Amino acid sequence: MSFDPDRPYSLHPQVALRRERFGALAYHYGNRRLTFLKAPTLVALVRSLAEHPSARSAVEIEIPDAARPAHLAALERLAASGMLCERPAGSDPAADR
Amino acid sequence: MSALVEELARGLDAPICLTWELTYACNLQCVHCLSSSGRRDPSELSPDEAQRVVDELHGLQVFYVNIGGGEPMLRPDFFDLVEYAVSRGVGVKFSTNGSRITAPVAERLAGLDYLDVQVSIDGADAATNDVVRGDGSFATARRAMDHLAGAGFGAFKVSVVVTRDNAGQLDELEALARSYGAQLRLTRLRPSGRGATSWERLHPTHEQQLSLYRWLLERPEVLTGDSFFHLSALGDPLPGLNLCGAGRVVCLIDPVGDVYACPFVMHEQFRAGSVRDPGGFAGVWRGSRLFAELRAPGSGGACASCGSYDACRGGCMASKFFTGLALDDPDPECALGHGTGALERAVPVELRPRPSAGHSLERRTHPVLATSGAAERGR
Repeated sequence: MSFDPDRPYSLHPQVALRRERFGALAYHYGNRRLTFLKAPTLVALVRSLAEHPSARSAVEIEIPDAARPAHLAALERLAASGMLCERPAGSDPAADR
Repeated sequence: MSALVEELARGLDAPICLTWELTYACNLQCVHCLSSSGRRDPSELSPDEAQRVVDELHGLQVFYVNIGGGEPMLRPDFFDLVEYAVSRGVGVKFSTNGSRITAPVAERLAGLDYLDVQVSIDGADAATNDVVRGDGSFATARRAMDHLAGAGFGAFKVSVVVTRDNAGQLDELEALARSYGAQLRLTRLRPSGRGATSWERLHPTHEQQLSLYRWLLERPEVLTGDSFFHLSALGDPLPGLNLCGAGRVVCLIDPVGDVYACPFVMHEQFRAGSVRDPGGFAGVWRGSRLFAELRAPGSGGACASCGSYDACRGGCMASKFFTGLALDDPDPECALGHGTGALERAVPVELRPRPSAGHSLERRTHPVLATSGAAERGR
């Protein structure tokens, strides 16, 4: 499933984050992938995803203008490696299954 | 070097993952065994102590451990410990010779989450494998693979140490793994443990290393545990961090709880402490003087002027140490050939550092050991 910034996302339930000086380590217990989140701002963004109606709105609220494209691209990469998952949209939780 | 690799080289507050050798007991006597295993050590960690180590790793958010040995399944509390680790969010990848994986054991393994199994073979046929791992060991490993496949374990790993004898069998090994729906994992032969006496004869030739590099570049799906980062000096980097993680992002806990910088340097000089010390594992990881030295920026030594230094960072510390090189010499298997001259100037075989933790069984003389340059002295 391709990443659509206008849909709601959250950290995959099988992913754990560990804080580091450079940002965080993310480990996916399901597919055993280890990923580096290379900026503290990206870590905060990822953690906040579940509170926003879409990935784009999370980026617009959490990240300053100039850094938005890079952060959106980082979210896309994380989604591609299974670290993020789309969460059921509002009143129709079956829509994404 | 990227900013991230620079950060990792300075060391993290906790390892990304670590190797934990559960026991020195082993029913095999592989000629390249990193831990010279054979006999159980009477002071190996008790089940309670081992569970306390898991508790610490959980607290440090170490996401997974690579369990090895000896043969880890010979530990009576093997399943208890694995189940405990997994229940605490510490995933387990373990290496086995497969001798204990019967059909019912395979069923039990298949029922566990967050568990990866690596069955070791060192050749695509019994003739190649058994010279290194002992008579009958190929058939035993294949039987274990049959049981895992039969139990629906899913994609286990077939783990191979690349040697001069099997470097020409990579395609066959890949096909063998694929026939089980398994993943192939290749790692580098180190002159550590009993490998100190078999490395000279078994390490791949320069031409074999060049072919291996090209083979790996075409197959990013083959797992290597970052084993061959010295080959990244040849051009395009291999997948992975391409960094020696010893004491920086990885380490080793041995069966008696001693903490070493990495699984390949079980020698007093690289022993950082013990999980039995008052500060536990975290105290060693964060307070060890050795680890502080390993995390300090290095000069690059003899490699500093080489245009590929950023790609390989001088290679593997353990391979240098046990072949008698200085730690800032080129890797003995430097892909650009700079190791050859260094090896010629290195201390003679008899004077090279001897691996410390010897638990080899005395009863068997292996043909490869018997014909190699150095005898197993002083054990």
